[in-house]
Amino acid sequence: MALTGIQIFKLTPKKNCKECGSPTCMAFAMKVAQGAVGIDKCPHMSEDAVAQLSEASAPPMKTIEIGKKPFADNKNDKDAAFKLGGETVLFRHEKTFVNKTRYASTVSTAMDDAKVDQVLADMAKIDYDRIGDRMYVEFIAVDYTDGASAEAYAALAAKAAATNRALVLNVKDEAAAAAALAAVKDTKPVLNAADASNYEAMSKLAADAGVVLGVTGANVDEIYDTVAALEKLGNKNLIIDLGTASVKDAFANGVLLRRACLDKNPDRTAGYPTIVNVAKLAPGDAHQQTALATLFTMKYGSIVILEEMSYAQALPLYGLRQNLFTDPQKAPRIEPGIYPINGADENSVCLTTVDFALTYFLVSGELERSGVPCNLLISDAGGLSVLTSWAAGKFSSGSIAKYIQEFDIENKIKNRTLILPGKVAVLKGDLEAKLPGWNIVVGPTEAVQLVKFLKDMQANGQA
Amino acid sequence: MPLNKKLQKFSATVRSVELGTGDKTTTLGGGNTYPFYTFDNPTANPAKIGIEISDLGLADEPDCIKEFYAGCETVVDMAKKAVTVEGADFLVLKLIGGDPNGENKSIEELVEVAKAVADAVDFPLVVEGCKNVEKDAQLLAKVAEALQGKNVLLMSAKEENYKNVGAAAGLAYDQLLGAESAVDINLAKQLNVLIKQLGVDPGKVVMNVGSAAAGYGFDYCISTLDRVKGAALGQSDDSLLMPIITPVADETWSVKEASASEEDVPEWGSVVERAIDMEITTAVACLSCGSDAVILKHPTSIATVSAMIKALV
Repeated sequence: MALTGIQIFKLTPKKNCKECGSPTCMAFAMKVAQGAVGIDKCPHMSEDAVAQLSEASAPPMKTIEIGKKPFADNKNDKDAAFKLGGETVLFRHEKTFVNKTRYASTVSTAMDDAKVDQVLADMAKIDYDRIGDRMYVEFIAVDYTDGASAEAYAALAAKAAATNRALVLNVKDEAAAAAALAAVKDTKPVLNAADASNYEAMSKLAADAGVVLGVTGANVDEIYDTVAALEKLGNKNLIIDLGTASVKDAFANGVLLRRACLDKNPDRTAGYPTIVNVAKLAPGDAHQQTALATLFTMKYGSIVILEEMSYAQALPLYGLRQNLFTDPQKAPRIEPGIYPINGADENSVCLTTVDFALTYFLVSGELERSGVPCNLLISDAGGLSVLTSWAAGKFSSGSIAKYIQEFDIENKIKNRTLILPGKVAVLKGDLEAKLPGWNIVVGPTEAVQLVKFLKDMQANGQA
Repeated sequence: MPLNKKLQKFSATVRSVELGTGDKTTTLGGGNTYPFYTFDNPTANPAKIGIEISDLGLADEPDCIKEFYAGCETVVDMAKKAVTVEGADFLVLKLIGGDPNGENKSIEELVEVAKAVADAVDFPLVVEGCKNVEKDAQLLAKVAEALQGKNVLLMSAKEENYKNVGAAAGLAYDQLLGAESAVDINLAKQLNVLIKQLGVDPGKVVMNVGSAAAGYGFDYCISTLDRVKGAALGQSDDSLLMPIITPVADETWSVKEASASEEDVPEWGSVVERAIDMEITTAVACLSCGSDAVILKHPTSIATVSAMIKALV
C-alpha cells in the first residue's frame, strides 16, 4: 500500500535541514509520496524508516536489465543494457509506456549447423533506421531440446552470443544451463529455466552467474507461487514466461499479472516483465506468429520470441512498437531536411510541409502514390500540424525562408518551384518577397488531393 | 497462495448490431469487457472480419489479389469468390469508382453494381462510398434505397454529410449506418449525438473512429480506440456504446512496406508477405484495442486473424 505524504512526514526527522534539497521535511515527504524523489535523499532517516518506506514506495513493477546493447545502437537508446518492465499504467494514453517490447529469433539444438547459421545470418539482415531508431532483432532465444549434450548447448549459446545480441536461454536441463552460463554469462542473458519443480537449483545457478532468471508454470497461480517462493529465497532478478499452454492462457496471464501489480494495492510479486514465446504458441505458422507478436506487443509482452523474424514481420511490428511506445503528450516529429520521393533529384519540384510526423506520413504517402518525383522539404515547425503551427507562428514565410537558407537548399536543388500547403495559401505573397527567384505555388488543402494535383502539374509540364 | 485476480466487471454492454438478413447474418459488438478479456467475462460474440472488393474490379489491385480472383470477370464474380474465404464474416463492396477525382462513375452505374452484388450473394453486406463527401451523400442514399430489405451497413456518414446519409440509411430505408470520425474520442461522440438527434436509432449505428497503418501515426488509433472502449464501458457512455468497425486494408496496402516492389527493395523480400503481415499486424492491433470488426483484403490475412480470434475466445 502506497504511503501518503503525511504518513511519510511522520517518519522524517522533522528538522527542516534542507539537505535533501527541499525547503521543509513536509515538502520532501510530499515529493516522495508522488515518487518525484527517492527516500534516500534524506541523510537523517532511521534505517527502520528507510526500510519501511522503500518497501512502500518501490515501483509496483520492477525494471530488469538484460544483455549488453551493441555499441552502434541508436542515439536515443544510450543505456548499456536492455531495460524491461517498469511500466506504470495499463493504457498508453494515461502515461507513456517506458520500456519497449523486444523481439527474438530462435536457434535450437535440434537444428543442424547450417540451419543455425542461416537463422543467424537472416536475423542480421534486419537492421535499418526508422525515424531515428535502429530497428533490428535485439534478442536470440537459444532452445535446449531433450537429449542434446551440455557441451553442444553451450557451444550454440556461444555462437548466438557472438552475434552481439542478448540471449534468452530456454533450458530445463541443469547441466546444460550451467554449461551455457559458464560460456556466456558475461553477456548477461536470461536463464529462462525455472518452474515449480526446479526453481531452487536454477535460482542458485542464475544468482551465481549474476543473470536474470525466467520463471514459468502450468498456469498463472503456479507461476505466481513460484515467483513468491523465489522472492523468499531472496531472488528478485526475475522475468515471467507467460507459458505456452495456449494463446488464451498466455494472454490472460499477461493481463492479469500486469493488472495485479498496477492495482491501487500493488501486488509486487506480480510485477515483473514478461517473455512470450509465440514460436511455441504457433509453431511453423509465420503469419500466426505475426498476429500473436502483435497481440503481445500491445498487451503486455516484454520479450516476444518468434521462430525466425523476417523483414515482412519486422516492418509492421517495429512500426507498431515505435508508435505504441511514444509519449502521448508529445507529438512525434520528423527531422527537418530534404526528403526525396519517387527518385527525385535536384531538378525535381519541391513541396514543403511541417515536421509533425502524422502530417509527414500522410503527405509523403500521397506523394509516393502520385509517382511524380519531388522533394519534400521539412522545416522545424515545432512538431505541430499545418494550421496549428501557422497559428503559433512556427510555420511562416520567415521560418520557411530561414530553413531554405540554413539547409542550403538553393545550392542543393536547382528546381525553383515550391508548393505550399493549401491551408497556408496566405503565406504566398510574403514568401515570394522573401525568396526571389522562386515560383511559389499554392497546393491543395488536403493531402489526399496531392496525387491529382501533381499529376496535373506533370501533364502540364510544370513538374 | 494463488494470484489474487482483479477481475473487471462493467455494467454497460456495447450494443449488438445485426448485419444481413435471414440465415446469413452476423452480429457486431455485444461485448462488455476489453477485447479478448474472457477471464473477466466470456465473450458471447467474438470480433468479426469483412473481406473487401471494389467496383473497379481488379484493375488497381496488387498481383496477389489478381491471382486470388483469377477467372473472375465481373465484380459479381469476385463477390461470389470473396464470400467463400475462410474466416470472412461479411462482404464489403467499396464504390471507389464514384470519386469525382478518379473514374467519376455515375450514381446509377454504381447502384447497379451494388444491387447486382447484393442479389448475387447471400451474405451480410457493407457498402462503402467513394470517400468524397458530396458524392457519397447522394450515392449512399441511392444505395440505401436500392438495397432496401437487405439490412446492409452503409459507410460512412461523416460530419459533413451525416444528414443526407443518415436520413436515407437510418430513417427512410431502415439500413445500418456507419459513423466515421477522425481519430478523436470527442469527434466520435459528437457525430453519434448528431446522428441520434436526427432520429436514427443508435442501435443501428456502427462507428469507424479512424484508422492508420501500423507505424503511420497508429499511436492515435490506439489511444482513440482504448479511450472510446474505456469510456463506453467504464462510464456507460450511451453515445459511445456502438460497435466499432475499422477499415484496415484501406490503410495498409498503400504504405511502402506493403507496396514497394522487390526490385526497388530487394532486401525486404516478398512483397506479398510484406503486404499480408502489414495487414495482419494492423488488424490485430486494432482488435486488441477495441475494434469489434476489421475490414481486410487478403485471404491469408483473414484466415490468420480469424484463427487468432478463435484461439482467444
